[in-house]
Amino acid sequence: MHCDLIIIGAGPAGMAAAATAAQIGLTVVVLDEQPRPGGQIYRDVDRVAPLRGDILGRDFTEGTALTAGLDHPNIHHIAGAVVWSVEEAVSVHYTRAGQSHRVTGKRILLATGALERPMPLPGWTLPGVMTVGAGQIMLKQSGLVSARAVLVGAGPLLYLLAVQMLRAGAPPLALVETQTKGDALRAIRHVLGALHGWRDLRNGLAMLYELWRGGVPRYLAATDIAIEGAAHAEALRFVSGGKAHRIAAGSVFLHHGVVPNTQAARTIGIAHRWDAGQACFAPELDVWGQTAVKTVFIAGDGARIGGAKVARVAGALAALQIAQQLGRITAPQRDQKARSLVRRLQAERAIRPFLDAAYPPMAQALSPQDNTIVCRCEEVTAGDIRRSAQLGCLGPNQAKAFCRAGMGPCQGRYCGLTVSAVLAQENMRSMGETGYFRIRSPIKPVTLAELASAEDTQGHE
Amino acid sequence: MKTVSEFHSLNASTALVSVWYRGRRLDLPEGANLAAALLAVGITSFRETPVSGAPRGPYCMMGACFDCLVTIEGVTRQACMLEVSAGLRISSLADPQGGQDAL
Amino acid sequence: MEADYAIVGGGVVGLSVAWGLLRRGRRVIVIDGDDGSFRASRGNFGLIWVQSKGKEQPRYARWSQQSATAWADFAAQLQGNTGCKLALEQRGGYDLHFSEESLASTVAEYEALKRKLGGDYPYEVLDQSALRREEPAIGPKVFGAILHHQDGQVNPLKLLMYLADDVRRLGGQVLCGKRVTDVKKADMFAIHCADGTVVRAQKLVLAAGLGAAELGPKLGFKAPVRAQRGQLLITEKLPKLINRPSITARQVAEGGIQIGATEEEVGLDDGVTQKGVVALARDAIAAYPALGRAQIVRSWGALRVLSPDGLPIYHQSALMPGAYLVTCHSGITLAPAHAFFLPDWLENTPAAPDLEVFSENRFRVS
Repeated sequence: MHCDLIIIGAGPAGMAAAATAAQIGLTVVVLDEQPRPGGQIYRDVDRVAPLRGDILGRDFTEGTALTAGLDHPNIHHIAGAVVWSVEEAVSVHYTRAGQSHRVTGKRILLATGALERPMPLPGWTLPGVMTVGAGQIMLKQSGLVSARAVLVGAGPLLYLLAVQMLRAGAPPLALVETQTKGDALRAIRHVLGALHGWRDLRNGLAMLYELWRGGVPRYLAATDIAIEGAAHAEALRFVSGGKAHRIAAGSVFLHHGVVPNTQAARTIGIAHRWDAGQACFAPELDVWGQTAVKTVFIAGDGARIGGAKVARVAGALAALQIAQQLGRITAPQRDQKARSLVRRLQAERAIRPFLDAAYPPMAQALSPQDNTIVCRCEEVTAGDIRRSAQLGCLGPNQAKAFCRAGMGPCQGRYCGLTVSAVLAQENMRSMGETGYFRIRSPIKPVTLAELASAEDTQGHE
Repeated sequence: MKTVSEFHSLNASTALVSVWYRGRRLDLPEGANLAAALLAVGITSFRETPVSGAPRGPYCMMGACFDCLVTIEGVTRQACMLEVSAGLRISSLADPQGGQDAL
Repeated sequence: MEADYAIVGGGVVGLSVAWGLLRRGRRVIVIDGDDGSFRASRGNFGLIWVQSKGKEQPRYARWSQQSATAWADFAAQLQGNTGCKLALEQRGGYDLHFSEESLASTVAEYEALKRKLGGDYPYEVLDQSALRREEPAIGPKVFGAILHHQDGQVNPLKLLMYLADDVRRLGGQVLCGKRVTDVKKADMFAIHCADGTVVRAQKLVLAAGLGAAELGPKLGFKAPVRAQRGQLLITEKLPKLINRPSITARQVAEGGIQIGATEEEVGLDDGVTQKGVVALARDAIAAYPALGRAQIVRSWGALRVLSPDGLPIYHQSALMPGAYLVTCHSGITLAPAHAFFLPDWLENTPAAPDLEVFSENRFRVS
């Protein structure tokens, strides 16, 4: 199969880019792992919005406008497509129903979104412990809400899930929040900027009010967090307000921010830099989302965390630049269409510095105790990683060879940032110097039979 | 194995189909997300890790963490990326025939 | 910073030599690269392999055999010192053949080599049914195999890690994140690094893998090493499926099945390609059909360090006596040789092995 533009990911950035490109006349293939479009933020929105729109709110249901945009003769949306290889000479391999397929194109847009920041705490591998995002996916897609849940960490997503659970008639037992008074003070200097995003601020305050009215207890500046349980999460222990607490719970939902999912971009050698403000690695891009590998663009949370509204604008901007480079519109036409989008982008991004400062990553999870598991797949502890540093590992690739962190099927998605952080601390080097895992295809595990079934690659070597 | 679910459902009753999980028959909503459907009937641990044998269940629900792995027709799959279909036979990697024996 | 020996290169080759010298009471400083350096030590297949080596040069076959024979003792000493588990197994290994012709021609080569080695080349030929008794997972496309009893496998990453550990325990200094920019020699070697570090030593061992190509000429070596890429795959952890290793696949102690490896002349590109991984998958399924259902969880590319004839180079510089080039493709197989035997050569003791056939003199000046 051949097209002008291959888009990986049918979330807000991917869907908006597809619609924009298709309207200009580009042929577009959208590859997405899920059975239905929406990404994680608008997961299964077409089916779910009529069922639970009241609980999930307008920020969710408005996703139907984006999924509707995929209904265009120039867009071929392939659902259930697991991309395992991306090559810059514009070739993408994916598996679907046990068979490998190949798409070629002129440009690729990676719209692979975000992952939740790894949150290694004692007991975080127990069944019953999930990410806040997972808790929300359970609610959105499956209409399942935990009856005895504690939400732990920091950030607006914690409030959003708590409010949605409250509306669903199953309020969480408690919010155990890790941001401190110091974080609030640091955030104050971003308040003026955040006022440009006054709608977001207002929504945030409304959520807090709703939780207060609903009687959901909030514990602040929590430290020494641990999840107890033998075969399943049974309770959460923590210290807050100078006192030790223990809350019996059946579900523990963790969250302290999201970070760009850079797996695909890294396989094609796109440079990433450490973003101290967002405490994550992000790809190096120009204003249109184009990388130094000229055939590859990145938009949405996979480029820089900004949320769904930023993502859809960024996706549209990338599509305009691609259309211009492929000669379908002129530069002035592109700029004319881009003008209002850029203004929207700035407005939608206004809240971000405030949020990043007010809800920073939890300190305990950035420097876990020696016996805390960091790499869930290979069950490698923070102590193992520190030991690797003592044996001369300056970066995560040598450490991976020494202690196996990052070698499992998740390919470092839920340990990579922690491994780098622990090594950076031990070696007293910056995150930028320490670097990140070298990621290679297959981006997701693929069976040997699926690999062997791949359509023959052409035009290489 | 826990049999009381931590989750309660907001859904009106939906059509159920039978699947086999480690040799045991379960009736799950057709077309539902498999990981969510197993959690909803009280199955919280989907596997034992090959490293230490520790129990694991769904963590991310978006195909990224690989903790909800199950074995279907001898192939390891992410339960959170599958949908429930009639007759599905789900076993564990350590005992890939476990789903078959019961039939 | 001063030592008897400076060893440039902190991979398995450099650390094995360092370990051997430290055990003889020498003071050693190892100068190592950074996290992104090309590291064959991190990307290799983990075989301890005798068969097929030295078909044109029996001395290399013998050197590999001597090292393979010393592996158990080497592992025991390393494990004794560090309490590690290297997952060493030396129960033989296979060269799988898919046709009668390829098997017969390899057997003819092995027979010729066996005669040159005075009969010491313990291998047997297994037809398909004999092979499947040993390896039930072997598929019908495999015609037969050569089982060589001196072959085996080890966890190469643990070897690297425990050498790094034990070299430190024995008092060696390992300087990480260094790039050697220049070497001067007056009464001692002065090795200058990009960050300003200067290491002084009586003797210098250049064990920098592909880095020797750049640094070697400054020390008077030809150092004609080139990169050859190998791409490898590894599956999820599986129940026992493969008994003995082959060059096609081996099951590591943790359960994953490692599949290798391509041989590509692409310079200093250690990437993986769609074409490469697809070819590996097809070959692996042809040998072990059950692998079709296994998930590949990782792939990687690594660069072999090859001399023009594929044999190791052991050479003392004429320009700078006291500087030694040590480089080879098979750093895992040869680790015990480098730890136990090479120090005698470096120290010029009566027990020094005759390594003349491995000197650079065999390469014409180009």
